[in-house]
Amino acid sequence: MKLRLLLSISKTHLLSRKKQSITAAMGVMFGIGTYVIMMGFMNGLNGLLDGLILNRTPHVRLYNEVAPSQNQPVDLYKVYDNKVRFVHSIKPKKVQAKIHNALPLIDYLNRQRSVLGVTPQVKVQSFYLGGSTQLNGLLIGADVLKEKEFYNLADYIVQGAVEDLARTEKGILLGAGVAKKLALKVGDYVQVTTKSGEIQTLKIVGFFQSGMADVDNVQSYVNLKMAQHIFGQSRDYITDINVKLIDIADAPEIAKSLSKKFGVTATDIQTANAQFETGSTIRTLISYAVSITLLIVAGFGIYNILNMMIFEKMNDIAILKATGFSGSDVQWIFMSQALIIGLVGGLAGLSLGYGVSVLIDSTPFETAALPTIKTYPIDYNIKYYFIGVTFAMISTFLAGWFPSRKAKKIDPVDIIRGQ
Amino acid sequence: METILEAKGISKFFHIPEEIQVLDNVSFSMKKGEFVSIMGKSGCGKSTLLYVLSTMDSDYSGELYIDRKLITGQTPNQLAHIRNANIGFVFQFHYLLPEFTVLENVVLPAKKLGLKTYEEIEFDAMEKLKLLGISDQALKLSSRISGGQKQRVAIARALINHPSIIMGDEPTGNLDSRNANVVFDIFKELSSEKNLSLLVVTHDEDFAKRTDRIIQMGDGKIIS
Repeated sequence: MKLRLLLSISKTHLLSRKKQSITAAMGVMFGIGTYVIMMGFMNGLNGLLDGLILNRTPHVRLYNEVAPSQNQPVDLYKVYDNKVRFVHSIKPKKVQAKIHNALPLIDYLNRQRSVLGVTPQVKVQSFYLGGSTQLNGLLIGADVLKEKEFYNLADYIVQGAVEDLARTEKGILLGAGVAKKLALKVGDYVQVTTKSGEIQTLKIVGFFQSGMADVDNVQSYVNLKMAQHIFGQSRDYITDINVKLIDIADAPEIAKSLSKKFGVTATDIQTANAQFETGSTIRTLISYAVSITLLIVAGFGIYNILNMMIFEKMNDIAILKATGFSGSDVQWIFMSQALIIGLVGGLAGLSLGYGVSVLIDSTPFETAALPTIKTYPIDYNIKYYFIGVTFAMISTFLAGWFPSRKAKKIDPVDIIRGQ
Repeated sequence: METILEAKGISKFFHIPEEIQVLDNVSFSMKKGEFVSIMGKSGCGKSTLLYVLSTMDSDYSGELYIDRKLITGQTPNQLAHIRNANIGFVFQFHYLLPEFTVLENVVLPAKKLGLKTYEEIEFDAMEKLKLLGISDQALKLSSRISGGQKQRVAIARALINHPSIIMGDEPTGNLDSRNANVVFDIFKELSSEKNLSLLVVTHDEDFAKRTDRIIQMGDGKIIS
């Protein structure tokens, strides 16, 4: 009852000064709108850039690295423990590319609760044969359906589909650069050969384009079994195991423990791509700084307008107090005006932000890096809309608080006597 | 006759710009249905006294009773409620809310009091406006009516909560003699027919002479 009365008074105040109210609300609208646009666009771009590297990079990669042994025989000889030892011309230890006991290891990883997905790969150094020329190549034998599920392989297929490869035993997803060099099209056959000399004819089911020329000129995907076959190896021949975790932050720790437990090399994504996180964090920081600045400006606008309004409404305040409205009633009349401006401006800002986001989202944006992306990326996360409206309410609350407190303290006798 | 308003030894000082005693041990009382005017020269403290009696000014010493209840020392919120429920005001300047209609101006104090539904309050307000002969203006913005009409709206507003007492601060001071007479007649009628208590500060002698009792003030004291 009481709130309804105060709200009806503030409604009359707002509506009788439409221009002023609209100006104030527009200040909030632009602040919130910009916030939503900035966050949506920035995070859309962040997602895209992260996607370029992070999404197609395993969180933990297990393989055997060629390296000299850490422990040289002389270390075992206790007599020289306290002596300076020189070992010259250390050669790397001969290691197999094959991961030892790969299949039980995959089973083990699949059972771990922190693991989202495990994809085994066989990497085969090979050559593409084009007439008399041989092109250097790298065949990746993989379970392509899983690659699609966990590493968005489908996003990089410019022609054909991942499923086509899964269906075609002797199929190949050729790198776009290789295809261009050899003037091949989908449906053609390409011959590949390995170091051992065995020639294999594969049917091209599609092209993939990662956006990195070095990769596209060399790399192709084949089925895991095919790669093992080309290499003349059995189905437990696995050179890489890629692990995707539920929480990317766990990667360094898990990599360390796997390396220790199974004696394989394990690299985590943070070590491999440290620069990306820094970039994302700083971009987010910048967008917050700009949006908050805009909101503060909008807040000062409201503060000014309310201050002015209270100055103009001294008589009204005196009369309300003389006829029995208490100081806090008067304060709430003005507070509610600030909050209404904040809410209306905030909601208008969300619509503005959404509208402009949709516009940006439909603006053409062609990039070789991401062949499936045709327009600018926008992140429509509801979180930003929620934060935006909360920001609007908080800033208008603060902007309204001080002027309305002044109104609360106005002594009606001073005003009436002053006339 | 029961006492409606009683002041006991009320004193008040102004501290700014310098220490001056504006009210010096003022005591008087008013009975229900009485029509009392306070007269005096400019600066004698009559308006100040009215503001103290109206509970708007609580910075004084002494005791104030309305309806035989002690008002002195109550919290600002309680005082606001007393003004709302027990006191009606009519000022020299009309003091209506300019952006609200005449009707809305009249109903606001009653809606604040919240004892009746909005429909009942609006019905009451129309009755008051009819009583004062301005019901045809009810839906106009209050800034769009004449000065005499505004003062009658202010009176209607003062009456809406059936107060124990109506206080006026030069209620005819800003009106021409014809409108002043209209306002006086309304006051007189309210006093004699509705048994309302009225306390009016004025320096219009003709006005004062026609009231039941004149309180003369000078230098912060009651002279007669």
